[in-house]
Amino acid sequence: MAELHLNGVQKIYPNGFHAIHGIDLDVTDGEFIVLVGPSGCGKSTLLRMVAGLETISDGAVDIGGRVVNQLEPADRDIAMVFQNYALYPHMKVYDNMAYGLRNRGMAKDEIDRRVREAAGILELEPLLDRRPNQLSGGQRQRVAMGRAIVREPSVFLFDEPLSNLDAKLRVQMRVEIKRLQRRLGITSLYVTHDQVEAMTMADRLVVMNGGRAEQIGTPIELYDNPATTFVATFIGSPSMNLLEGTVAEGGVSVALDSGASIDLPDPRPELAGRPVTLGVRPEHLTPTADGSGMTLRLDLVEQLGADTLLHGHLDGDERRLVTVRLNGHFAPGQESVRVAATSAVHLFDRESGGRI
Amino acid sequence: MIKRVTFRNRWLPYLLLLPQLAVTVVFFLWPAAQALYQSMLVEDAFGLSTEFVWFENFEELFADPLYLEAFLNTVVFSFSVAFVSMSAALLLAVMADRTIKGTTAYKTLLIWPYAVAPAVAGVLWFFMFNPVVGILAYVLRGVGYDWNHYLDGGDAMTLVVIAASWKQISYNFLFFLAGLQAIPRSLIEAAAIDGASPFKRFWTIIFPLLSPTTFFLLVVNVVYAFFDTFGIIHATTEGGPAGATQILVYKVFSDGFIGLDLGGSAAQSVVLMAIVIGLTVVQFRYIERKVEY
Ligand SMILES: Nc1ncnc2c1ncn2[C@@H]1O[C@H](COP(=O)(O)OP(=O)(O)O)[C@@H](O)[C@H]1O
Ligand SMILES: [Mg+2]
Repeated sequence: MAELHLNGVQKIYPNGFHAIHGIDLDVTDGEFIVLVGPSGCGKSTLLRMVAGLETISDGAVDIGGRVVNQLEPADRDIAMVFQNYALYPHMKVYDNMAYGLRNRGMAKDEIDRRVREAAGILELEPLLDRRPNQLSGGQRQRVAMGRAIVREPSVFLFDEPLSNLDAKLRVQMRVEIKRLQRRLGITSLYVTHDQVEAMTMADRLVVMNGGRAEQIGTPIELYDNPATTFVATFIGSPSMNLLEGTVAEGGVSVALDSGASIDLPDPRPELAGRPVTLGVRPEHLTPTADGSGMTLRLDLVEQLGADTLLHGHLDGDERRLVTVRLNGHFAPGQESVRVAATSAVHLFDRESGGRI
Repeated sequence: MIKRVTFRNRWLPYLLLLPQLAVTVVFFLWPAAQALYQSMLVEDAFGLSTEFVWFENFEELFADPLYLEAFLNTVVFSFSVAFVSMSAALLLAVMADRTIKGTTAYKTLLIWPYAVAPAVAGVLWFFMFNPVVGILAYVLRGVGYDWNHYLDGGDAMTLVVIAASWKQISYNFLFFLAGLQAIPRSLIEAAAIDGASPFKRFWTIIFPLLSPTTFFLLVVNVVYAFFDTFGIIHATTEGGPAGATQILVYKVFSDGFIGLDLGGSAAQSVVLMAIVIGLTVVQFRYIERKVEY
């Protein structure tokens, strides 16, 4: 049980690469924080700095009121689950879980009690005498979880723990991990590049890009109010549509470069005449019955059953791919469709990509 | 799936195999058969008369205390060589695995001894340990040890063990380094988070994971010490003093070519052949099944 604070944490690798450019993050006790971002953005680096597997170039990491910068991984009171599970291949499941406790000189019967309790929670009892190579991917994943929870650490660290599992198992384990974390109430830092995983598991998300935290907030905050075009396109699936345009006289609408016009729900008179990037999510574009709105020339229609995705181009703009998401079915054979933005549209600065 | 090539002419594949088979027959099977035949003959020293005696040579051999002593020497020598060269190589490999800069140079330097001929390696150490002019003997005298491998059997054995091990370190080093580099970093990191000290990490994680490599090298090193160290012994102690470094291979040579007991020498070769076949079987078995850790 502990809070975790990162204050201006930076990482410069020995080869001079500046991987993390100063990250501040305050995690409350029992919170589940997900670090999400594209590959190479520094998620693992940040997690490994908290774990003590990488040195901290600048700033401070504070776990449970102690600055741990100089402490060995073993002394930080953390447990980590690795992407490849990192189970000891020559030890049985039982010994894999007991190893960390034995190294700490814990009494035998206490070790046994904890291992059996964790095995009970994770349904590993029948597997305690097996070696890792006699387990399926999902079972290995559970053993790795078990090894982390027997330690009863202050903080759990997860580095893409589900990315080696098949899609079905991934969804199942996602739920299990989340439920387990709730039940144990252990502060957790979870790394993933999968935004669906991030959205479904996180209490709060840290969206990372190029070694910086682009935005920190709850999944809904990030979905409703993305701070940058990067966050806007990264969160939500399919991605938000971005369209170039200029705010019209009086700030009541945006004149798109394609020639169409989109009304703003709340007029922004102060932005009149300013070139902007307008963002609208696929689910906030709907076909109109009366022929108003913009013409979308269809390239591809994806029928997903419950939903239908329409991919195409706006008349007058060949460059930008636009996606529309409909509830229900769509009559096939249509070449184009008239669509309008219903409510939520987002405005971003064209140069910086920041929300305005 | 193994790809099969089909030949149109049914004799062509045999023709293509012929050179290989010829070499095997002429240089391996024929001499082996000769040795087996010879081992059942008794010949007088001048080669004037021969008598077929079945297994008498073997009976004599196993009743001969000198032969049993050579056997014991060989076992001591082989396992000492395996132990010394493997532990030195493991230490160097662990250090090389940690270095970040200059690994290539370090590796290259460590591989050089392997290119040195056994006899040269022997002579090299022979001179360094020479009681009169050798630098190492001088150093040992400095710390109060009177080194003399001409007189002291233990010193002589130590000398040949060092010379033979030194040559084998390179080979072992390469395998150990490859073995170490095949251990995922995350395992070591997990152990560090699990509170294991570097020393404990080595003995409870790294060393057990290296056991397939270690076992493989043990067999290779024992085979090496049994059969490939003739040059080292011949160039240094010649089996002496008083047979203290007489190992089986060397005894084959000295009994056969110096003692001219061809039948006895052939019988010894046959015993060696049986040992090498045994070791090879062990090794192949292991390679097929892999050591279970
Ligand atoms: N040991 C290292 N030395 C130099 N650069 C590194 C090292 N490890 C990672 N990097 C670089 O740091 C960046 C972030 O890496 P990482 O944290 O692993 O990304 P992520 O986990 O988000 O995919 C990458 O560009 C990577 O190339
Ligand atoms: Mg990563």
